[in-house]
Amino acid sequence: MKIVVIDYDIGNVRSILNAFEKVGVTPILSRKKEEILGADAVVLPGVGAFAHGMKNLNEYSLVEILKEYAKSNKPLLGICLGMQMLLDESEEFGITSGIGLISGKVVKLPLKDKDNEKLPHVSWNEIESKNIAWDNTILSNIDEKSDFYFVHSYVTVPSDENNILSTTLYSGSRFCSSVKRGNIYGCQFHPEKSAEDGLKILENFIKITKENRGV
Amino acid sequence: MNKIRIIARLDVKNEHVIKGIHLEGLRKVGNPNKLAKKYYEEGIDEIVFMDAVAAYYDRNSLSHIIEQACKDVFIPITVGGGIRTIEDIQTALNSGADKVAINTKAIHKPIFIEQASKIFGSQCIVSSLVAKKISDNRWEAYIDNGREPTGKDIVEWAKEVEKLGAGEIMLTSIDKEGTKKGFDIELNRAVSSAVSIPIISSGGMKSSSDAIDLLQNSNVDAIATASTLHYNLEDIKSIKKSLIKNNIRVRV
Repeated sequence: MKIVVIDYDIGNVRSILNAFEKVGVTPILSRKKEEILGADAVVLPGVGAFAHGMKNLNEYSLVEILKEYAKSNKPLLGICLGMQMLLDESEEFGITSGIGLISGKVVKLPLKDKDNEKLPHVSWNEIESKNIAWDNTILSNIDEKSDFYFVHSYVTVPSDENNILSTTLYSGSRFCSSVKRGNIYGCQFHPEKSAEDGLKILENFIKITKENRGV
Repeated sequence: MNKIRIIARLDVKNEHVIKGIHLEGLRKVGNPNKLAKKYYEEGIDEIVFMDAVAAYYDRNSLSHIIEQACKDVFIPITVGGGIRTIEDIQTALNSGADKVAINTKAIHKPIFIEQASKIFGSQCIVSSLVAKKISDNRWEAYIDNGREPTGKDIVEWAKEVEKLGAGEIMLTSIDKEGTKKGFDIELNRAVSSAVSIPIISSGGMKSSSDAIDLLQNSNVDAIATASTLHYNLEDIKSIKKSLIKNNIRVRV
């Protein structure tokens, strides 16, 4: 199985590679068009500012490549900023366009609890299901209210509520903590930093990839 | 209330985890990778590796330890001690660390925090504040692993690093460090009420009752402990159980 982790000079990809290796797949780190289009699955990592991430993706022509890849209906997983960039645009430091694979936007996490107005949201926090059942998704066999590790200040607001795979409550705001549209997934938390449940998500992603390949 | 993170702090000198009192009189307590793996399996939420001798050599030498740790440990890892340049941060991240803790360099050149958080994102930059009490409700910031006073007021310095873009503050009390006599609650209260970024409190914990005392009396987000775990004073499960009993939310 060929899983490509997108290499665009952002963040800690070592942890993502290690976590996939732990669950039995050695991914390839690449930004080459033929590698990406020929992959069975693609992972888009990312931390930091939205505009910086998009600038790097654009510099390496990765926006077009990822759009083309997504047409194949092969699995794609965006993590943290990598999830946010799947949407249409972000309001972080002015409006910046995203890749636009999931319609909606990225906004600052609204703080509504006077006793907890801390940002960034750095914490383990619970995920809960919304409209979509978790069976046969990356959250397959994950218990409701399981804890995952979050570190972010912005959140995605998908236009279609049926793209919201899970939500999480922070400072009185319930935000979208993972998305799904077909085989395109994104999680705001870091599965590669969320202990055993996080590794389970990567295993689920591999399983989805295997099944998709068999079709 | 947010879930409180319980963090294992591993101070490393020449391949050994060491522990002192007031950051001095260091004693070997184990192998860094073995301890990191053990604490991970027992349910720790995060691990901080500090190079205890970085100030002597002016560099961080934990890369290979971090590289190994990241193969066994799938939770956030912070590395600190001797982080002086943008390249040092890049090296730490390439080894697999998620965050770096910066103290001395930031005191000498505060704009370093701003530059680093612009390049790597605030989430990656932990400002390490080491405080020593000088009078009632006044603490001075120290550098070089707690040896050099700076003349800076800790609360003012905390506000400044927040403005410069630090994503978190790791606050260590020299007075309490290694004493197992409980956290400096006044210090934690003063700093946590002055800033709105998360605070990791370090120094003085013996057992969960110290953590409860701190968490009920200040607005910190995480507690770091070394002695409690290294000396088997209380295990991670038991710490979390007592916190939950006291209505403090943690990851289970």
